[in-house]
Amino acid sequence: MKDFWREYAENRVALLALLVVAAFIGTALAAPWIAPQDPYDLAGLELADARRPPGFVGSGGYAHLLGTDAQGRDLFSAILYGLRISLQMGLVAGAVAMTVGALLGILAAQAGGWVETAIMRVVDLQLSFPAILLALVLVAVLGQGKSQLIIALVAAQYAYFARTAYGAASAERRKDYVEAAAATPLSTFRIVFRHILPNVLPPLIVVGTVQVANAISLEATLSFLGLGLPPTEPSLGMLIANGFQYMMSGRTWISVYPGIALIVLIVAINLVGDQLRDQTNPRLRR
Amino acid sequence: MTGPDDILVAEALTRRFDPRLTIGDRIAGALGAPVERRPLRAVTDVSFAIRRGETLGLVGESGCGKSTLGRMVAGILPQTSGRVTLDGKPVMARGRKTTTRIQTVFQDPFASLNPRRRIGETIAEGPIAHGIVTRAGAPAFIAEWLARVGLDPAVAQRFPHQFSGGQRQRVAIARALAMRPDLLVCDEPVASLDVSIQAQILNLFLELRQALGLTCLFISHDLSVVRHVADRVAIMYLGRIVEVGPAARIHAAPRHPYARALLDSVPKLRLDATSVTFRPIAGELPSPLAPPAGCAFHPRCPRASDLCRRERPDLVAGEDGAALACHHPEPAA
Amino acid sequence: MTAPLLSVRDLRTHFMTRAGVAKAVDGVSFDLAAGEILGLVGESGSGKSVTGFSLLGLVDPPGRIVGGSIRFQGRELVGMPPAALRALRGRHLAMVFQDPQATLNPVLTIGAQMALAVQAHERASDRAALDRAAAVLARVGIPEAARRLSAYPHEFSGGMRQRVAIATALLHGPALIVADEPTTALDVSIQAQILAKMKALAAESGTALIWISHDLATVSSLADRVLVMYAGRIVESGPVGAVLRAPLHPYTRGLLDSLPAMATPGEKLRQIPGAAPSLLALPAGCAFAPRCPRADAACAAPPPEVAQGSRRAACHHPLEAAA
Repeated sequence: MKDFWREYAENRVALLALLVVAAFIGTALAAPWIAPQDPYDLAGLELADARRPPGFVGSGGYAHLLGTDAQGRDLFSAILYGLRISLQMGLVAGAVAMTVGALLGILAAQAGGWVETAIMRVVDLQLSFPAILLALVLVAVLGQGKSQLIIALVAAQYAYFARTAYGAASAERRKDYVEAAAATPLSTFRIVFRHILPNVLPPLIVVGTVQVANAISLEATLSFLGLGLPPTEPSLGMLIANGFQYMMSGRTWISVYPGIALIVLIVAINLVGDQLRDQTNPRLRR
Repeated sequence: MTGPDDILVAEALTRRFDPRLTIGDRIAGALGAPVERRPLRAVTDVSFAIRRGETLGLVGESGCGKSTLGRMVAGILPQTSGRVTLDGKPVMARGRKTTTRIQTVFQDPFASLNPRRRIGETIAEGPIAHGIVTRAGAPAFIAEWLARVGLDPAVAQRFPHQFSGGQRQRVAIARALAMRPDLLVCDEPVASLDVSIQAQILNLFLELRQALGLTCLFISHDLSVVRHVADRVAIMYLGRIVEVGPAARIHAAPRHPYARALLDSVPKLRLDATSVTFRPIAGELPSPLAPPAGCAFHPRCPRASDLCRRERPDLVAGEDGAALACHHPEPAA
Repeated sequence: MTAPLLSVRDLRTHFMTRAGVAKAVDGVSFDLAAGEILGLVGESGSGKSVTGFSLLGLVDPPGRIVGGSIRFQGRELVGMPPAALRALRGRHLAMVFQDPQATLNPVLTIGAQMALAVQAHERASDRAALDRAAAVLARVGIPEAARRLSAYPHEFSGGMRQRVAIATALLHGPALIVADEPTTALDVSIQAQILAKMKALAAESGTALIWISHDLATVSSLADRVLVMYAGRIVESGPVGAVLRAPLHPYTRGLLDSLPAMATPGEKLRQIPGAAPSLLALPAGCAFAPRCPRADAACAAPPPEVAQGSRRAACHHPLEAAA
C-alpha cells in the first residue's frame, strides 16, 4: 500500500489532480461555512445586485468574487453549492451503478449458461448506444427529482461496471486459487464474496473513478437541457444553463465560471482514474 | 481390479469437452464455413484403483489427459460418464464435491494462492468452514501447520507475494493437509520449481506422507520425480491408461512400446564422456479431436501391426496391480 | 593457440529497479572455441539467461551492461552501435528462445518470415530466399518443407515451431547460436527429437552453441563443457563429464544431489537448504555460503579461483576431485 502511494506520487500531474479533487470535495462539504451567501435563501437575494461582474460589492457589503447571476445570487456561493449537488449525484449514482453492475457481472460470470447470455446481451446492447439517450428517455418518463435522476444515471452507467466485473470475474474464476477453493470445498457464496470479489475490485474502482466523472457530466448535461434537477437545487449544469442566455450580451461570467469548475473537476477525476488504471494494469508495469 | 484395500476407485471415467458454439459460429456453420464441432475426448474409459497408503504416479505428456483425470478424482471437474468413489461413496454429486477427505496441491503456487488473502487465512479458511478448528483456535492451528511445512509461524500475517515459489508451495501443501485428507491429489506440484527447491518440496512431501499415512495420486510429466515418490505408476497416452505397474518394474522394464519410448526419451545425466545417442519417438502427438483408429499409438509405434490399426487393445489386468493395453507388448523381463 | 570465437571478460549486467540495483550478471568470464557446445546451467535468478541476452545485446531497460567486454570474432560487442550489432545479429550470431511463439509473427506465413530473415542480411530474390528457407527447414527435420512454407505458425505444434525457430537461426550459417531453454516448454519425446537434431546440426555445420538450461541432464547429453552459475557469477566450469562426475563446488554437488534420478526411490534427497539470495543484496563474500555445508568464516571473503587442469571453481573449500 505504501509502495502504491509512492508510485502514485511519482506522477506529478496525477498527484496534482488528486489534490484538486480533494480540494473540490472539501470545499463542497464545507460550502455552508465558506460561502458568503446561502443561494437557496430567496429572501436574501437583491435584484439590484443581478448580473454584476466579478469584484462587485453588492448590498451585502462584501465583494462578489465571481460576480452575480440573473437573480442576484453570489456566483461563488452558487458554484460551491452546485458543486455539492453535482458531486453528490455523481458519487451516489457511481456507487449504486458500481454495486448493481458488479453484482450482475459477477453473477453472469459465475452462473454461466442462459443467465450469462441474458445479462451480457442486455449489457452489450446498452453499451452499443450512447448512455445519454437512455438517461434522457428515463428522465422524460420518470420526471424530475433527485432519486429519479439517480435512477436514470445508474441505468445509463451500470453496464460499464457489469462488463468490467464480468471480464475480471471470468478471468479470476479460471485461476487456480478459485479452483483450490472449490476443491476444499467451500460454498459458492464464500468463493464469490471472499475470493473473487476482492480480486475484481481494483479494475472496478478504476472504472468507478472515471464513471463518477461521467455521471457528473451526464447530470450536468441533463440539467443544462432542463431535464435534470428542479430549479430549487441548482447543480453546476443548471448554473451554466442559467447564464447561457447572457453569453451574447457580454456577461459571460455567469456561465463560464461554473463551466470552468465543472471542467477542472472532470479532468482532475479522469487524471486520477488514468493513473489508477496504469498502476493496476500489469501489462503497463515494468 | 478392485480389492478390499482400495480407498479410491475410478470406473470407466470419461470426460468430453464439447465445443462451445457461439451464435457467430452457428451462423458461419450454417453458411458452410468449417466450424469445429467434434468433442474433445480428454479422458476416455479410464478405470483404476488406489490402495490405502499407496502413492500412484500418473505420467504422460501434455494433452494426454492426466490433469483432467486428476481434476475428476479431486472432485473439481465433473465426469461425463463413469464414476469416482472414495470408500464406496461418490466424490461428486450434481456437479459439486461432496467430501473433504480428498485435497489437492496444484502446480503453480503463484496462481493457487489468493493474492489478496493472508496465508494464515488461506490455511485456516477450509478447516474453519468445515468445523475442523474453531475461529478462536485458528491462530494456534495456523502456527502448527506453518511449522509442519517448515515455515516460521510468524509469517501467518503475510501475503503470498512476499514468498518465494518454494515457500508458496509449502503454504499450498499446508492448506491441503490442514483439511485432514485421506487422499492427496498432487498435480505437478514441483514442475514449476527450481531443482534445489524441488528437492526440498519432495522431501517435505515424503516426510508428511509418512507422518500422516497419506494416500496419494501424484501427477507429473517428470518420470524421475514419479519414480522417486510413487509405489505404482500409470502411464497415459491420448486420454487412456496404456500401462500400470510397480514403479521399479515400469522404470526398469516397461512393456508398452509408448512407455518404453517415453523412458528412452528422457535425457539421462551422463557422467561418462561417451557420446550420446538419443532414441526419440518418431512423429508428433496426434490431436485428441481426431485420435487414430485402433491403438492410438500405432502411427508412432515400431511394433505396430494391422491388428493395431484395426482394433484398440483393452487394458488387461495382470498381477500385483499391473495392467497393460497392447497387442504386441515388449517381452516381460 | 588461435584466438577463441567468443571471449567474455568480467561481464556485468545490472538491472536498475525501483527497489535498487539487481546484479543479475556480476563478473562473468569465459571463452568459447569455434564449434564448441557450451552448457550454461543455473536455477532461476542465477543470471544464465541474462548472460545469453547480454551476448546478443538484447538486454532491455531497466537492464544495462555496466561493464566488461564481449569479444566475438575479434570484435568488441560491448558499446557497439545498435546498427552494427543488428547487422551481426541473425547473420553471425543467432538466438533461439524458450517460447518460439514469441519470435514468430502470427500473421505471416513461415515462408514469408524466413524469406525476410534471409533478405535482412543479403540481397536475394524471393524465389531464392524461399528455396533457402525450404532447404533449412528440411535440415531441421520438418517433413514436406517446401509445402509447409505457406503455413502459418498456429498450424504448427510447439515442437515444430521450435524447429522453425532453430531453422531461422541457422539460415545464415552463424558462427554462434545462443539457445535459451529451447526445450523447456516441450514434452520429453519432442525434446529428445530436438536435442538429437541440435547435436547433429552443430556437428555438421561447425556452429558453436551456448545451451542455456536449468536441466543438468539435458546439458550433460549435449554439451562439451559446462558453466554452472549461481547468483550472477560462474561458480564452476569444466568438461561436462568431469564436472558432473566429481564437482569441485559444493553448489554443483548440491544440485546433483537434488535430482531424484540420482537417489534411491523413496529415500530423502540430499537437499540444499534455504533459497537463493536476493540479487539486490548479495553478500560480499561467497553468495552460496549461507546454504553451504562447508562454509566457515573464510567464506565471508570473495572466493578464490581454484584451477585443476581445464577446470575452474570459485570456492574457499572446494571438494576433492576424485580421479
